[in-house]
Amino acid sequence: MAGRVLVVWCPDWSVVAALAEEELSLGAPAAVLSRNVVEVCNGPARDEGVRRGMRRRDAQSRCPELVLLDANPERDARAFETVLGVVEEVRPGVAPLRPGLLALRAPGRYGGGEPHAAALLAETLVGAGVWDVRIGVADDLFTAEQAARRAGVQEHVVVGPGESAVFLRSLPVDALLADPAAEELVSLLRRLGLRTLGDLGALPAADVGRRFGTYGAEVHRRVRGEGEVALAARTPPPELAREVPFEPPLESVEAICFSVRTTAERFVAGLAERQLVATAVRVEASCAGAHGEDVVVSARSWLHPRHFSARDLVDRVHWQLQGQSQGSVRSRRAAGPVLEPVTRVRFVPETAEPAAAHAEALWGGGADELVGRGMARVQAMLGYDAVLVPVAQGGRGPAARQAAVPWGERPVGLRAVDRPWPGRIPGPAPARVFAEPLPGEVHDASGVPVRVDDRGWVTGEPTTVRVPDAGWLPVDAWAGPWPVDEAWWEETGSPVRRAARFQVVGVDGRAWLMACVDGAWWVEAGYD
Amino acid sequence: MTALPVPAPDGVDLGVVAQLRDRVTAMQGGPPRLPLPTHPALAELLQLRAGGAYGVDSARLALALVAGASAAGEWVAVVGWPDLGVEAALDLGLDPARTVLVPDPGDLWLEATAALVDVVRLVVLRPRGVVDPKSASVLEARLRKRSAALVVWGDWPRCEARLSVERVRWTGAERGEGRLRERWVRVAVRRGAAPPRHADLRFPAEQGGAARLERAGGAGRAEGAEGAGRVVGRVG
Repeated sequence: MAGRVLVVWCPDWSVVAALAEEELSLGAPAAVLSRNVVEVCNGPARDEGVRRGMRRRDAQSRCPELVLLDANPERDARAFETVLGVVEEVRPGVAPLRPGLLALRAPGRYGGGEPHAAALLAETLVGAGVWDVRIGVADDLFTAEQAARRAGVQEHVVVGPGESAVFLRSLPVDALLADPAAEELVSLLRRLGLRTLGDLGALPAADVGRRFGTYGAEVHRRVRGEGEVALAARTPPPELAREVPFEPPLESVEAICFSVRTTAERFVAGLAERQLVATAVRVEASCAGAHGEDVVVSARSWLHPRHFSARDLVDRVHWQLQGQSQGSVRSRRAAGPVLEPVTRVRFVPETAEPAAAHAEALWGGGADELVGRGMARVQAMLGYDAVLVPVAQGGRGPAARQAAVPWGERPVGLRAVDRPWPGRIPGPAPARVFAEPLPGEVHDASGVPVRVDDRGWVTGEPTTVRVPDAGWLPVDAWAGPWPVDEAWWEETGSPVRRAARFQVVGVDGRAWLMACVDGAWWVEAGYD
Repeated sequence: MTALPVPAPDGVDLGVVAQLRDRVTAMQGGPPRLPLPTHPALAELLQLRAGGAYGVDSARLALALVAGASAAGEWVAVVGWPDLGVEAALDLGLDPARTVLVPDPGDLWLEATAALVDVVRLVVLRPRGVVDPKSASVLEARLRKRSAALVVWGDWPRCEARLSVERVRWTGAERGEGRLRERWVRVAVRRGAAPPRHADLRFPAEQGGAARLERAGGAGRAEGAEGAGRVVGRVG
């Protein structure tokens, strides 16, 4: 007898995972957006009228207090890993289908039959902190998933053996929409007047194949309950994370770094045994909580341009703990300063890649390896973010067109350079770009400050200019004004938003890129 | 130990002089002062050598001096220059993958620069305030030992050569019209007490990089109209 399938469904998993990571209440209306479009929203948001596929502003107009979260598939998968672990403890052979959905072979008589087993599983998951769990049991995967979607919160629906076809026949075609690939098919079925899956199932298989293609035929086969149970149960991942407890807890960063060295070596060796290297590692430091339990007080993901060695890991621990104790927290995800003694440090590999892809050349890394060591020394001297690597990115103003990432990190979230960027200043790039524009002054021949009127005309010809490190200079040539009108709705950032840009050449041959904002002049860059 | 830099008279092949100088240094027993790759537009004017400190007074000249070596595969570090224009550096040929910035070394600038000299070939330094001769000699000893070169934008007690911008002319911008397009720069190179050598450089807008203009009057004299020359090389 073919095995029965049990499907566990955690609805709106992206939202649940994101809220948990941001440590927000699960009851708040929230939506995960990707490219300004709602990808997933939770129940409270749906009650307010937010729907999938809605634009950000539409969603916000329906529900102003909507919590907006960024889509991050890695985070979803990472959060779902704990659910997989909990289920695996109850019963091995779990097949993760996608974050929020997993399947396993239904336990026959274990726990007193399927309803009991499902109830037990739901209870275990709720105990592990996953509140919204729905479970479906059926002969095949498709039916079990549909059954899980019919179940209430923390409840289960069991479709008896051989009853799949009956169960599916009553479902509306919209039930297929759980699979994003089915959108076109569902729309077509609706227009053809096929309202339920039963209507589709009643059609001859050959005709369905001709009219709806392979995908339609596949759905048709599933609707008739002829789907196959092919569960690819995963092998539980090897435990690659390493941790080191401190007894008694350590307070000094130096002492912690000294103590984690062997653990870092074991971590790298453990990966190397499986021919892996880590390119992204999460470092967690815990303190003793009020009731003696471990509380993670500092957690941060570190990316490495190549891969982590034990020495790199120790450096990361140092920067993470030191940066926080000084209060100069750079990380967005860091969880407050380390004020209490640290009881435990844990290394979790976030991205492990085959070592073969990172193997060194036959004659070794050579100069680059040496440079890496030297930079680590400077970082140890001046701090982690004192050594930067320059990167060019797209943008309009000169300051927006460049970025710098700390040495040893990968740049993320850069704007593309090869876009047209209308409104940027053409011509030679300035050799000096001020991150914060410096105040300047421009006067006309009669010594009156030059302004730009509402129509974008200058009120007088610029004749003298004052720039911070050159003092007052007569103007040799100037070009502009070029109006700038960007990001004026932002509350922070550059003061150059609704402005007019000028290029001003002093008599000594130095040229400056200046901007006039409401009569005030700023120096943005220098063509030194 | 350092051979006195003597300006070559017209007609003498500088390459031969350089070779002879290398042999003299080798015979003296000091570490060979290897020539470093220099931007083609500047190569005839000034050949960078490992172990030397070079002074410049303009941001773009500092970048142009190190761009040649960066494009040839050497590592470059920029110390104490928080407002570096990355795009301008890339236009001149700097490779961002082999460039590191230490924008604000604070009081530890000497230690940080010394640590960087150990691992990179060229360091661009923008010192804050006056550098005392003792710190400078410490760093210079390190430069010679590690075969690196230092480009200082600002004052430095003992420069092997000092590049300064003497005259600048911008084209493209009128009174309110056009935009900055090209810059013509007369650069003077001073070595010790020798009379300065001059060259006209052009920093073109469209192709990036710098092109050298050969002056009609040759090196060593400072008269003549700007731009009255012919482009001998252009890099992009």
